[in-house]
Amino acid sequence: MMEIVFALAVGILTASGVWLLLRPRTFQVIIGLSLLSYAVNLFIFGMGRLRVGAPPVLENPEAVDPALYADPLPQALVLTAIVISFATTALFLVVLLASRGLTGTDHVDGRDDPR
Amino acid sequence: MSSGMLLLAIVALPFIGSLVAAFLRQDARNGAAFLAGTVALCATVLTAIQYPAVHRGGALRISAEWLPTLGLDFTLRMDGFTWLFSMLVAGIGFLVALYARYYMSPADPVPRFFAFLLAFMGAMLGIVLSGNLIQLVFFWELTSLFSFLLIGYWHHNASARDGARMALTVTATGGLCLLAGVLLIGHVVGSYDLDRVLASGGTIRSSSLYLPTLILVLLGALTKSAQFPFHFWLPHAMAAPTPVSAYLHSATMVKAGVFLLTLLWPVLSGTEAWFYVVVSAGLCTLLLGAYAAIFQQDLKGLLAYSTISHLGLITLLLGLSSPLAAVAAIFHTINHATFKASLFMAAGIIDHESGTRDIRRLSGLFRFMPITATLAMVAAAAMAGVPLLNGFLSKEMFFAEAAAFHVDSLLDHSLPYFAMLFSAFSVAYSLRFIHGVFFGPPPVDLPRTPHEPPHWMRFPVEFLVLACLLVGILPAMTIKPFLATAVRAVLGPDTPYYSLAVWHGFNEPLLMSLIALTGGVILYWLLQGYLAKGIDGPPLMRRLKGQRIFERVLVTLSWKWARSLERVVGTQRLQPQLRLLVGFAVLAALWPLYRRGFEAGSRPGTAFDPAFLLLWIVGGLCAIGAAWLAKFHRLAAMVLLGGAGLVTCITFVWFSAPDLAITQLLVEIVTTVLILLGLRWLPKRVEVMGESLSMGAHDRMRRARDLMLAVAAGTGMTLLVYATLTRPLPNTISRYFIENAYSEGGGRNVVNVILVDFRGFDTFGEVVVLAVVAITIFSLLRRFRPAPESLDAPEQQQVQDAYDRARPDRAVGDTLADYLTIPGIIMQWLFPVIIMVAIYLFLRGHDMPGGGFAAGVTMSIAIILQYMAGGTRWVEARLRILPVSWIGLGLLCAALTGVGAWAFGHPFLTSSFRYVDLPAIGKVPAATALLFDLGVFAVVVGSTVLILVALAHQSVRTPRAARPPLPAERPAPTKENA
Repeated sequence: MMEIVFALAVGILTASGVWLLLRPRTFQVIIGLSLLSYAVNLFIFGMGRLRVGAPPVLENPEAVDPALYADPLPQALVLTAIVISFATTALFLVVLLASRGLTGTDHVDGRDDPR
Repeated sequence: MSSGMLLLAIVALPFIGSLVAAFLRQDARNGAAFLAGTVALCATVLTAIQYPAVHRGGALRISAEWLPTLGLDFTLRMDGFTWLFSMLVAGIGFLVALYARYYMSPADPVPRFFAFLLAFMGAMLGIVLSGNLIQLVFFWELTSLFSFLLIGYWHHNASARDGARMALTVTATGGLCLLAGVLLIGHVVGSYDLDRVLASGGTIRSSSLYLPTLILVLLGALTKSAQFPFHFWLPHAMAAPTPVSAYLHSATMVKAGVFLLTLLWPVLSGTEAWFYVVVSAGLCTLLLGAYAAIFQQDLKGLLAYSTISHLGLITLLLGLSSPLAAVAAIFHTINHATFKASLFMAAGIIDHESGTRDIRRLSGLFRFMPITATLAMVAAAAMAGVPLLNGFLSKEMFFAEAAAFHVDSLLDHSLPYFAMLFSAFSVAYSLRFIHGVFFGPPPVDLPRTPHEPPHWMRFPVEFLVLACLLVGILPAMTIKPFLATAVRAVLGPDTPYYSLAVWHGFNEPLLMSLIALTGGVILYWLLQGYLAKGIDGPPLMRRLKGQRIFERVLVTLSWKWARSLERVVGTQRLQPQLRLLVGFAVLAALWPLYRRGFEAGSRPGTAFDPAFLLLWIVGGLCAIGAAWLAKFHRLAAMVLLGGAGLVTCITFVWFSAPDLAITQLLVEIVTTVLILLGLRWLPKRVEVMGESLSMGAHDRMRRARDLMLAVAAGTGMTLLVYATLTRPLPNTISRYFIENAYSEGGGRNVVNVILVDFRGFDTFGEVVVLAVVAITIFSLLRRFRPAPESLDAPEQQQVQDAYDRARPDRAVGDTLADYLTIPGIIMQWLFPVIIMVAIYLFLRGHDMPGGGFAAGVTMSIAIILQYMAGGTRWVEARLRILPVSWIGLGLLCAALTGVGAWAFGHPFLTSSFRYVDLPAIGKVPAATALLFDLGVFAVVVGSTVLILVALAHQSVRTPRAARPPLPAERPAPTKENA
């Protein structure tokens, strides 16, 4: 049951992220990318399956039973991803500010729709 | 030195010489020439002394592992045939170097010329001596590249640039085809080793891939050897300096094609496809080249077309698939190299001493340069196939083969007549070369008064002409043993009986020769009137220019088609690009769903907890709300984003990932600070009343489409995640990590051990990325120009200042200074506390949730809070934070920890650990991984602080856009204003 909720959560985050990604304003895209990164982080984390009360911190290091612990590998992957996604958000934010200053518009193409 | 090392020296010497020449002074003409000559002579001598070993039979080999995982070795091998070819390449290389010393003008950058020439020689020797087909293709492309540089040596000259470009395009494209062909051969044989390929001719010929292989290999060989229909590049390559033409376009580069055909002859020849393709290409080239050569006005143009035609002759001989024809082909390859190189050099002397190569302007030069004229006449006679010269011998063999019976077809029956036609043409153009240049009335109006060249410039011509004569008169005493060795190496047990005598009695080939000689003389006499008119280009074919077709194809491919493709599918707009990207991802994921259907797995689910559902109702609403409000209510969207982040963080805790939860929470804080700092510079978007109502049908369509795409992506992810979560976890490498985290890495927190120990190198890469991003942001902000609308102080600050101004008892800025005083003081007090938390998180990281990443972000939060509490100036007057130094030291620390492992003979980033007994504290784990984690910590602190502080500093900068400076403000204490 928890799996359904988890899967729906990833889906909602993805849908909101994708929707914002396709919007024309830079700030929308930055929020969209952040939502999408939550979704992707949860997705990768979910690849290790959901376990309650089994953090991968060894209780008795002398005799280890891997079945007792959650999968540590996706966690390690996601941990660095969280920090890196902060860095890319920052980079994007600065680029968007510079672009706003240079072009006078916050459209992702640097100019408003030609229509 | 073993013979293998000698082989290596033969190939390596020219490349080394090339590097040395490249570093000589611009005007070091003698030095560079001496170097090139010495290197070529050494290569010649080294090759020559291998002869006894080669003659005994079998191939010399040296092999070293190159890419063992792909089964590729670097192999050099030399048998009789490649020995002969190496002698040609190195020997003529020496003569050309000597000649070029006198030919090149001191005004040219001569060392560069010799550097290219030597590198080309090395590449050519590489082709000849390669014992591995991939390696051969590598050197093959190198020769294309260096020939490009040599043809374009006078790069100020447009025709040289065009000629170089065309030669490169044609031969390098051919080289790519050859690579594909060689890969097919390797696929069929199972090895790229030349000896193994040569031993599996039957396998290749009977394979279903034979035809594509043959076509691809032929494309490579025919383009390189300028065979019809790829012949057009060679005349344009004549824009090169003449020594280059003498070397590349007589003896080496263009011979690489026929060399390859000869080398693979035992493997590929003998089928009908081979006969028809190779013979037709050779025959067309032979006739067209000889025909066009008669009508050239440029001496080098005449020689170029003659070369094309003679290469066609060799190709045709190889195409006949009879052993005798192969002997003739090998023999003619050598003969052609000698007489054509000497003719090119003679043409260069004429050009050099008289100032022109135009046959229409030259005449009667015999008086001025009798020795050169005599030499050129002998060489041209060899080209025409006059008896007692080497060209005659191989031409006789060709006639004999043309008359013989091969494959019952019209092509085969007509060969003798075509052969005689070719020979008559070549007599005619040879006559034209001699008669037009050296005889007739004295020349008028030449740029220079012609005279004999310096003796050493003529020496290479003398040497080569002497070789033509000796081989032509005394074949048995000169060339015979070497030819026999070469032929045996190619043909093996099929070596036929052949005789190299000058006089075979009055037989069919001799009769054909006589007819051709007479016919050629008559043809030339008949054409006198036409040629005197001085029209450029051959009649009937003047309009058909390979060059024009080539250019048109290039323009169509690289400009017209590319442009229309860009017009149809390209866009410079981001949204359509992203839409395509997402759309393709959705479609790609739909495909397997459509094929295999959806099915949940059998893994028992986790017990349901309504709290979790409630949690994600909030989280989902936050996400949707953020999506809804991001356009006009940025702050609200940011708060909702944070809400979704917190719910994500709680999810991590829920499902046993405390490390992730800590990091997520901390990063959430800095991201919020970051976006808040950014919002200051982003002018507000005001919702214009009715904007949403005035939305056109087009906009509504677009929104509907995007909504569908978003829902599809979300649904897809949901299904994918659900399908995965309900399936049992396969056995992954994680098991190894858990089992060995403690015994190998000395830590109980497996996630941290993976990060700093098992996958330390990945982590190192990631902190480097972090550092690079931080420094990029810092640099971008140095020249930051904000939007003009956001130059003024923020609204709240304006209100505060207006309040101050309105009261006489307050100075402007007082309210701002008092703002948030109580929280500010608390934040200042918290500074040491948060640092303690950071240290705590760091120290326990190896055994408990925490670690360098989390501690680093915590530490940066401590610093950022001070900025928020006291303001930029206040903090920087009290605290010197050097984020760039933090980053640098962190990277150094992490890298040195990794390097330290080398000192103990372990690979990069191998960690070691032990428990240290400290007095009063007790047993403390001390792993080198901790030092690595310290580096990670420092990089994270430095990067995060650098990013946030650089953004924060924008408020104290005086932006470049016009704004009256505030009198009370002193320049910001940062480098940005510098």
